[in-house]
Amino acid sequence: MNIPVECYLVLSTLLFFIGVFGFVTRRNLVAMLISVELVLNSVDLNFAVFNRLLFPGQLEGFFFTLFSIGVSAAETAVALAIIINVYRNYHSDQVNSIENMKF
Amino acid sequence: MEYSYAFLILLLPFLSFLVLGLLGMKMKKQVAGLIGTIMLGSLFAMSVYTAYEYFFVIGRDAATGMYPTVTVFNFTWLKFTELLTFNIGFRLTPISVMMLIVITTVSFMVHIYSFGYMAERDEHYKFEEYEHGFQRFYAYLSLFTMSMLGLVVATNIFQMYMFWELVGVCSYLLIGFYYPKHAAVHASKKAFIVTRFADLFFLIGILFFSFYVGTFNYDLNANPELIGKLASVAKEYAWVLPTALFLMFIGGAGKSAMFPLHIWLPDAMEGPTPVSALIHAATMVVAGVYQVASLFPIWVEYAPEQLHWVAYIAAFTAFYAAAVACAQRDIKRGLAFSTISQIAYMLVALGVCYALDNHEGGLGYMASMFHLFTHAMFKALLFLCSGAIIVIIGSNFKEYMGGLHKYMPITNACFLIGCIAISGVWPFAGFFSKDEIVSACFEFSPFLGWFMTLVSGMTAFYMFRLYYVIFWGQSYYELDPENRKRPAEVPFVMWGPLVFLAVISIFAGWIPFGHFVSATGQSMEIGLQHFEFSSVAWFSLLAAAIGIGLATWMYLPKYNPVPDMLQKKMPRLHKAALNRFYIDDAWQFFTHKIVFNCFSKPIAWFDRHVIDGTFNFMAWGAQEAGETIRPWQSGDVRSYASWFLTGTIALTLILLCIFS
Amino acid sequence: MANLVMFCILAVVILGSAIMCVLTKRIMRSATFLLFVLFGVAGIYFLLDYTFLGAAQISVYAGGITIMYIFAIQLVSKRTLQGLVERFKGSRVVNGILLSIVGLVTVGLVLIKNNFYNAAMQATDTEVPMEQIGTALLGSDKYQYVLPFEFISLFLLACIIGGIMIARKEDNK
Repeated sequence: MNIPVECYLVLSTLLFFIGVFGFVTRRNLVAMLISVELVLNSVDLNFAVFNRLLFPGQLEGFFFTLFSIGVSAAETAVALAIIINVYRNYHSDQVNSIENMKF
Repeated sequence: MEYSYAFLILLLPFLSFLVLGLLGMKMKKQVAGLIGTIMLGSLFAMSVYTAYEYFFVIGRDAATGMYPTVTVFNFTWLKFTELLTFNIGFRLTPISVMMLIVITTVSFMVHIYSFGYMAERDEHYKFEEYEHGFQRFYAYLSLFTMSMLGLVVATNIFQMYMFWELVGVCSYLLIGFYYPKHAAVHASKKAFIVTRFADLFFLIGILFFSFYVGTFNYDLNANPELIGKLASVAKEYAWVLPTALFLMFIGGAGKSAMFPLHIWLPDAMEGPTPVSALIHAATMVVAGVYQVASLFPIWVEYAPEQLHWVAYIAAFTAFYAAAVACAQRDIKRGLAFSTISQIAYMLVALGVCYALDNHEGGLGYMASMFHLFTHAMFKALLFLCSGAIIVIIGSNFKEYMGGLHKYMPITNACFLIGCIAISGVWPFAGFFSKDEIVSACFEFSPFLGWFMTLVSGMTAFYMFRLYYVIFWGQSYYELDPENRKRPAEVPFVMWGPLVFLAVISIFAGWIPFGHFVSATGQSMEIGLQHFEFSSVAWFSLLAAAIGIGLATWMYLPKYNPVPDMLQKKMPRLHKAALNRFYIDDAWQFFTHKIVFNCFSKPIAWFDRHVIDGTFNFMAWGAQEAGETIRPWQSGDVRSYASWFLTGTIALTLILLCIFS
Repeated sequence: MANLVMFCILAVVILGSAIMCVLTKRIMRSATFLLFVLFGVAGIYFLLDYTFLGAAQISVYAGGITIMYIFAIQLVSKRTLQGLVERFKGSRVVNGILLSIVGLVTVGLVLIKNNFYNAAMQATDTEVPMEQIGTALLGSDKYQYVLPFEFISLFLLACIIGGIMIARKEDNK
């Protein structure tokens, strides 16, 4: 017996907003990045679910998820490099330490 | 191909300008001067050779009996429309060949002369500021020569205009050559602004002409199709050609210092004297005459009435300048007014023409060009002589001179020759050319003829007055020989060119000028050269004799009470003449009081308050908006994210409401 | 039935770990909980018979990215590792909760409004064959993906270079 698509969607929505909550509340740069990963995963999940349950004959969602995994890997690498650099320059890993551009 | 070297005539002086202008500072004075002079010497040789080839080797066209118009090269520089193209070319006609000779001869002499003049001048003043002045001077002279040559060989009116502006720039640079002197700076600005103002009319005239006629070409011989175009334009729009020609003439009047645009020329004497000789006596100031002469067939055919206006303006200018010249204390300014008067003669001669015929109504054309030629020679001579005197004396004012004939015999002789030539005494050059002009005037109207005879008498008077107060009369040196510098003759580099020009001034009158230049192009004889003196000639000789006699009586003795008495009797007239009849003040009043107050100030107010105000308001608004928005940039990524998400949710809700 | 059970277990694991991930004050724990979330999501992929995707998820995400996080954390936050933790600011938490709930409600509304045609109800539980995936990934026909494949390889290269450029030590000039 198959699980209805709504169940998956509820799951991914919850995951998404947990990520958003984390992004808004956390101050640590790495923690914020982890929250972004949660958000990304929920979206990936949606792609896969839509593809599998609504258009089973095709593979667009599948590949979109695949590429998204690759992109997020790249994104994480660069973001972590930036965080390390920030830490080196400001001796802090808090998001509000980078305020040079602010008015 | 014949004249294949012609492009060098424009290229050489330009190269020399570049070399002297860019590398002059690294050269020694003598090297720079030598480069300029050798270049000019070769240019002189080329011009003479061109003239020889043009007039004697190739000669007249068998069919028409005219010297052909040769376009050596003519390439398109800008293409406006299919018909209207702007070409740069090199064109030989009888008058352009004559101008080549005039320009290169005088320029060559001035180059040689300047060796001595500039050196003496530097010696005399020891101005630290004029360092490298020598090299700069020769660079400017080269540029000027190039521009002037480009002007006379122009194949179209636009090319002429371009080089016309270039000579204006050179004139500006050279008048302001001693730029630490305030007077020089003022004079250069004045010259530039006045001539530029006049050139505006020239440009408008060109635009009228080219818009209606559809071409910049003006030479009927080189462009036969032009005749038909002109005729159709004259038929359809009768006002166009006279207006365009007269506007162009206003430009020429600015350059040739016609009343009331003459005010810049006397002040232009602030420049070095060789420059005055070259630019402000012999070449650039006759550009206006040359312009009218180049367009002469069109003038005669389509705007004869306006041509006569030119004559009246010029006649008045001749009289006015002669009157002012009688009262000047500054010898160079006296010569400047004499130049204005003589150029006016040339324009009168052109203006009185009413037909394209060598004898009936077209005599003035030949006379004008003849006078241009002879005048260039003897006026350059006079200016170079005055330069020699100024170098020796160290002042422009007649009070510091007097009795110089003992100390400067060669200069004395040359100056005397120049004076006789300009006064129109047989057999010197001025006699022939000026009497041709006067006869042309008589042919047109007896009144104008008598008037010009009177002016020629005045010319003789003021020139000899100048001569006597410089070389005779009470010597300034002898009043106090102990403390004052003893005048001495100038070195050979300076008197050499004087003698050369003096010889030309004596014999130039015997050139059978009518064979080369005439209104129709066909050969003509000048009667005077065959001793056929008409009554006109006798009258003008008489006028010259009276003028000379009067001057001799008044100024030759060491002290004669008559001039002072006259001055006392008519103080107002004398003062007015000394102040050039207040024309400068009138212009001053016109520009400062009327133009500045009525036009410039409201425009300035508008600019400052309305236009600047608008932009200031825009800047202020942008700044205020920026100040308001800036605090929103908190630098906090999380709050950005919150706002972004809030916005997204709000948008989603709105869309839900709309589509449900 | 087994699927439903599996799904429920996975959902609980995912949501629980995710909540713990964002709420825990220690950054290292946060990363560890992220790992569980990633495993959970991989499980969902397996449940959907996308075994290749699940494998990729485990190897890239769980294997690669999490390790990167842990290294970064160890490089950066020594104090955090030692138990010095960040404080949550009350207003922020309220803000976040409010935002999340409003967002949830909105998305819920959208979900309610839509009816999905569940095509997979009839589909059999079969894996997508590996050969098909490989052909689609490296083919250049319609519905084939060599261009994004090449693009992403280039993109990864650029990111490697960029990461190195940003993170390397400045030369002491």
